[in-house]
Amino acid sequence: MIVEIGHIALIMALAVALVQAVVPMIGASRGDGRLMALASTAAGIQWLFIVIAFLALMNAYITSDFSVFNVASNSHSAKPILYKIAGVWGNHEGSLVLWVLILATFGGAIVLFGGNLPPALRARVLSVQALIAVGFLSFSLFTSNPFQRVSPAPLDGNGLNPLLQDPGLAFHPPFLYLGYVGFSVAFAFAVAALIEGRVDAAWARWVRPWALIAWSFLTVGIALGSWWAYYELGWGGWWFWDPVENASFMPWLAGTALLHSAIVCEKRDALKAWTILLAIVAFSLSLLGTFLVRSGVLTSVHAFATDPARGVFILGFLVVVVGGSLALFAIRAPRLKAGGLFAPVSREGGIVLNNLLFSAAAATVLLGTLYPLFIDALGAGKVSVGPPYFNTVFVPLMSPLVVLAGIAPMLSWKRADLGGIVDRLKIIAALTALVLVWTVYQVWGNAVFGAFGIALSAWLASSVLLDWALRIRLFRASPLDSMRRAMRIPRAAYGMNFAHFGVALLVAGVTASSAWRTESLQVMREGESISVAGFEFLFHGVDRAEGPNYAVDRGHFTVTRGAKFTVELWPENRFYPVQQQPTTEAAIHTMWNADLYAVVGDPDGNGGWATRIYYNPLVPWIWLGALVMALGGAVSLSDRRHRVGAPKRSQSTPMPRHAAADIVR
Amino acid sequence: MTRKKRRLYVLLVAAVLLGGATALVIGAFRGNLVFFFSPTEIFEKSVEPGQRIRVGGLVEEDSVVHDADGLTVHFRVTDLSHAVMVTYRGILPSLFREGQGVVIQGRLDETAHFIADEVMAKHDENYMPPEVAEALKKSGQWKGDDE
Repeated sequence: MIVEIGHIALIMALAVALVQAVVPMIGASRGDGRLMALASTAAGIQWLFIVIAFLALMNAYITSDFSVFNVASNSHSAKPILYKIAGVWGNHEGSLVLWVLILATFGGAIVLFGGNLPPALRARVLSVQALIAVGFLSFSLFTSNPFQRVSPAPLDGNGLNPLLQDPGLAFHPPFLYLGYVGFSVAFAFAVAALIEGRVDAAWARWVRPWALIAWSFLTVGIALGSWWAYYELGWGGWWFWDPVENASFMPWLAGTALLHSAIVCEKRDALKAWTILLAIVAFSLSLLGTFLVRSGVLTSVHAFATDPARGVFILGFLVVVVGGSLALFAIRAPRLKAGGLFAPVSREGGIVLNNLLFSAAAATVLLGTLYPLFIDALGAGKVSVGPPYFNTVFVPLMSPLVVLAGIAPMLSWKRADLGGIVDRLKIIAALTALVLVWTVYQVWGNAVFGAFGIALSAWLASSVLLDWALRIRLFRASPLDSMRRAMRIPRAAYGMNFAHFGVALLVAGVTASSAWRTESLQVMREGESISVAGFEFLFHGVDRAEGPNYAVDRGHFTVTRGAKFTVELWPENRFYPVQQQPTTEAAIHTMWNADLYAVVGDPDGNGGWATRIYYNPLVPWIWLGALVMALGGAVSLSDRRHRVGAPKRSQSTPMPRHAAADIVR
Repeated sequence: MTRKKRRLYVLLVAAVLLGGATALVIGAFRGNLVFFFSPTEIFEKSVEPGQRIRVGGLVEEDSVVHDADGLTVHFRVTDLSHAVMVTYRGILPSLFREGQGVVIQGRLDETAHFIADEVMAKHDENYMPPEVAEALKKSGQWKGDDE
């Protein structure tokens, strides 16, 4: 019964979304306030219906209602409760319900926080959001119905893929979707602005918080996914340039560009058409990612089902959304009035360069990801484009970006004087050189090129710290005065500092773990020990034990260094009888500057076990860096001027155009 | 600084970047594309020894042999009309089993023996990598339910 209520609720949500997509749009073009007001009501009702559907599905999972086909295929009565709940989105159908739930939640949030949006703009934004919802709700109902019954109901379910039976499942997909779907708001604002034909500083101020929210969630979502792969797959790596990873990374690259260009749009009334285009591209790449992941064209753990009908549906939807929005852009963009002028050397100039580099990076990732599909479609054979391609292309594009991030925030708007910041750059360069020399000395003879990555990181980090120290007049004013100054710096500036500092941490982590990882592969017997990167790994053999719904072979290492440092590591090999499937659980000990990582493989039949041990220097900094970046997003959001929906459209534009032009001349 | 001039600057930088990125991509593609072969294709076409390739098929039943060192393993990958001898040193993925689909990456040596540096079998047991299914279809040995 509850299942049918959920099904009906999902159908009702589709009906409401249809109304919400059409009526407010007509209202906005006719200037009819009542029709426009319908958008907010509809968004609320649609959200409510989808919540009901989601809870109904979750209920079916928790009560193990195997008369529901989706539950029977993906759950099992012996599964721990956490995975019964998280298992709702551990499959294709259920993850779509989560997707539309988040979409509707963003719609509701626009209503809640968009009180001071002009009614016509709000109506159009909600209408575009509903249009996206119509697409995804029909996709769910017509090709991937989560509420389909099966008769007779099986006695027990097939269970969840053991690889997914991990706490990561509870967090990675929701965060990722909050990021993906969050960009739909920026997209809706962009399309609404194109329909209105008006983009100004106020528009940018409304869009920025939403882009910031989406970006922060996506950052966390990608980092969680990478961390999950790191500890679950047992290969010691954290990023594989897998097409599915790229699918989430491309919207992130475009979204990062959008965040920066929206600042120019807001502060300087320039780069308007470009910002609109980035908003469209960021969400289009999210949709493309969904298509790649869900259509089964790719070999991946994320491709739950390979049903051609689904692929065709998403592809069609993709064509409509991307084609439609780009066509609208082509028609309307020339009408957008260009805004403030700026010199090449200026904050704006820096951000333009940032945008060009991010766009180029996104394009090369897109190319590398889609190339095998093109070749396959042309019947020219099957190829794969692996990490070497992406590393070759990506590092040269990202390195100048990190250098730029250390300089551009010091440049003033409109026209900057490089001479004025040369003193600061000297200090940063000196610090960087110091770190470079020290790193080369430390790693002499062992992948010295990695020192340049560390130098990049040092450059950015010292730039951020110096910027902050100068702002608060550290050591030059009294400590109390410095503190007062620190309090007065806008939160948005702190947000940027955090985010850039996070990038510095990330770069250091990526570099060190790629360049100086130590790997050791060997057969070990009970009582044997091996030395890896200065740590002694003593092997105590393997015991058999029972988990909640699996059997486990648990290895045991005691790791020591000198007399003071002792750590126990327990790597596992689990076997899930329901799916007849094994998984590997690496044992990881995280320190501030490195991870110790151990995996146990198969027995050799003579009492020995294959073991693999990694020493991964600075690898925790990767996820720490991503967290600090997302934290920067959150801090920036807490700025009064950025609070969602806070700004009002002022009567006068920020600066009359001729005046700006005069200054620049 | 006029609007036109600014646009020119941006276009110039964009063109330089685009050129650079294109050069990077072409260079990276040239060295790093990995082509996929079925065992039959390896038998029929001449694949140069030393070229990085991927091979997909089933792990032949009763073909897996472990060396005494406990780390080196030999097995045969088959599409049921031809098979390739494979040597791999390392820990096999936990989903690696005889009779299951597998994709391996590595190089052929002079004797058409495959030295694998990566073995991919990262799915549940009902799953067949599309490349493997394709290889089986090509060799006429596909027993799946579609087609």
